[in-house]
Amino acid sequence: MATQVLMPALSPTMTEGKISKWMKAEGDTVESGDVLCEIETDKATMEVEAVDEGTLGKILVPEGTENVAVNAPIAVLVEEGESPDDIADAPAPAKAEATPAEEAPKEEPKADAAPAAPKSAPAPEPEYDGPMKTQTVREALRDAMAEEMRREEKVFLMGEEVAEYQGAYKISQGLLDEFGAKRVIDTPITEQGFAGLGVGAAFHGLKPIVEFMTFNFAMQAIDQIINSAAKTLYMSGGQMGCPIVFRGPNGAAARVAAQHSQCYASWYANCPGLKVVAPWSASDAKGLLKSAIRDPNPVIFLENEILYGQSFDLPDSDDFTLPIGKAKVERQGADVTIVAYSIAVGIAMEAAEKLAEEGIDAEVINLRTIRPMDTETIIQSVKKTNRLVSVGEGWPTCGIGSEVSAVAMEQAFDYLDAPPARVAGVDVPMPYAANLEKLALPKAPTVIEAVKSVCYA
Amino acid sequence: MARASKSGAKSTGAAKSASRSKTKTAAKKKPEVSGEQLLSYYRDMLMIRRFEEKAGQLYGMGLIGGFCHLYIGQEAVVVGMTQAGTSDDTVITSYRDHGHMLACGMDPKGVMAELTGRRGGYSKGKGGSMHMFSREKNFFGGHGIVGAQVPLGTGLAFGHRYSEDGGVCHAYMGDGAVNQGQIYESFNMASLWKLPVVYVIENNKYGMGTSVERASSNVELHERGAAHDIPGMQVNGMDVIDVLNKGGKALDHARSGKGPYILEMKTYRYRGHSMSDPAKYRSKEEVQKMRKESDPIDNLRHTILEGGHSNEDEMKDIDKEIKSIVTAAAEFAQQSPEPDESELFTDVYVEASA
Repeated sequence: MATQVLMPALSPTMTEGKISKWMKAEGDTVESGDVLCEIETDKATMEVEAVDEGTLGKILVPEGTENVAVNAPIAVLVEEGESPDDIADAPAPAKAEATPAEEAPKEEPKADAAPAAPKSAPAPEPEYDGPMKTQTVREALRDAMAEEMRREEKVFLMGEEVAEYQGAYKISQGLLDEFGAKRVIDTPITEQGFAGLGVGAAFHGLKPIVEFMTFNFAMQAIDQIINSAAKTLYMSGGQMGCPIVFRGPNGAAARVAAQHSQCYASWYANCPGLKVVAPWSASDAKGLLKSAIRDPNPVIFLENEILYGQSFDLPDSDDFTLPIGKAKVERQGADVTIVAYSIAVGIAMEAAEKLAEEGIDAEVINLRTIRPMDTETIIQSVKKTNRLVSVGEGWPTCGIGSEVSAVAMEQAFDYLDAPPARVAGVDVPMPYAANLEKLALPKAPTVIEAVKSVCYA
Repeated sequence: MARASKSGAKSTGAAKSASRSKTKTAAKKKPEVSGEQLLSYYRDMLMIRRFEEKAGQLYGMGLIGGFCHLYIGQEAVVVGMTQAGTSDDTVITSYRDHGHMLACGMDPKGVMAELTGRRGGYSKGKGGSMHMFSREKNFFGGHGIVGAQVPLGTGLAFGHRYSEDGGVCHAYMGDGAVNQGQIYESFNMASLWKLPVVYVIENNKYGMGTSVERASSNVELHERGAAHDIPGMQVNGMDVIDVLNKGGKALDHARSGKGPYILEMKTYRYRGHSMSDPAKYRSKEEVQKMRKESDPIDNLRHTILEGGHSNEDEMKDIDKEIKSIVTAAAEFAQQSPEPDESELFTDVYVEASA
């Protein structure tokens, strides 16, 4: 019976890829385990192995084709005596090849990607009126590091797989070629050791960028981040500055379960001595990472894996930076203030668009920096709208939303027409099952519900 | 700081120590040390001894708060290593750090005033006994978390190599810290990248109240780098000359680009782990025997007098001079005012100068 070969997902967050090369030709015999073709994504190139045996009856997607969606049929395997056309009658195979990664739900294509890239945002920074370009968050982060490394010899990048592998998430693509092994350094898988080494190098006067493959692994290093990087300036009476950036993806990716899906924003934001930045758009990512590298203090730079592949407009300039500690009003509104950070900004924007259709005019604030928090922008907005909803992926208890609520109640209590509402990650370790994971994360409908509750709508 | 000069007067009795046989080979090759140098080491060690005794007194009077870990007994380690090093070198250690600071040339007044939490202290009173620093003297702390200073010191070594300044980091740790996982993460990277660092294990036999034998599966701590191809050596840490010679060798190794080196200093602390130590884990006799037979200061004094490098009167003058410096430091530490209340909010962040 003829079998369809589907475009596999090579990572939990992959939604499409390029078929760079077919290793088998039509008519070739295929055995289970044979390499059928090579697939390229913006993160990696991987070989696709056959699961079933047969003859490669027909290649449906020629090599060189880009943007092939996950789960799209790319070839047909036939058994002896069959024709590829028999596939028409065959039931669609249940699973993609190569990895057990998520099946893109048919009813909601690119469910995670869709909300984050609205056409209307981000507007160029008010002070910038030069040319714009479109980039992914991934490219923006790389450009930020490359520009700062060109600018200052003391800046270097270290972390797991940042050099020869070009970055586990391809953020450091090309940096080794440009800057060499002295400044782009692959480390062993020893977070506490290399985080501490980075802090020592910063004490010595260098400006390290320490990449954690994800912030989940930085828990191994959190003593060095807090006790050594954050506190030493104070303990030394101002002598021992620590200009270092700890960066990497934070929060949930997709289908990687509890130990790889935690948001650490509130952990780090709790600590004086640290600055904590959480960009959403490519513009945020570039402008804030450049500022973080130039900052004389330790900066925790919380990226988001799902955002890496999303494209945004941003200033086409090597001098573009954004101030740490300043939030951005992404959408003006009069009825309710939605405060969000990182990927939740996209969710808030999606919710705001839908709310507008129902006559509720929401203002969306992208925090950009968690610590020091731009409370002024929040308070100004709350005084105008009189209603507040916070949105973030982290757990609710002692979370960023709790802080935003407290700030509003302390500084704008008399302006509030309803108790502030929090939309947060559900208070459980992240489940693996697709349906449960979806339930655990904030989504636009949850935000809409929270907005309606504070608007008594 | 000057390395031991070869043109100095002949040193005698330098190997007068419990581990005479072990130091024999080193003794053959070691540079001779002048009487003047011996006196300077004596002075530096005595300064630490008297300073720590005074700190102990002030603690007893309630003038020093919190934790206070005295270095008494271990003076030869840091004085020998400092003399073996150069002014390009960086130094980092844990919380038993007063001796390291004095050996680096930091002002006893500033150190003592930090112990009393006053504004004249090195950290303006905000760090205390365990957290002091001097950029000027290349002293990078003073760290309160056991073992955490070792990755930091490895990072300082990374900085030396990155900036090619010719310096070596002296990264100190105790026999307790040496069982920490981050030590081996550091050893691995330092060896892998041939970083200029000398790991100085101050083995004073007890990690707090637990003896090395009860905490370590292998008590030969100088062998702890073997899995990472880091050479190691045992040193009589009660003998400043042995420390000087072997320290010099280890620093040369690191400075010449051959990577890290481990020195296990066999030493002893006379006082408790901290001021609040019930001392139930060892006998008074054990402490007395060490003090009597292996005291680094008494032994060096004996060597100096026996070798005719000085006389009783001159030695007494040194004692007096040290005593007056320490007394002045203690006075300063009590007279210096507490930090202004506005200091509560300073030094949390470096102001960005864009």
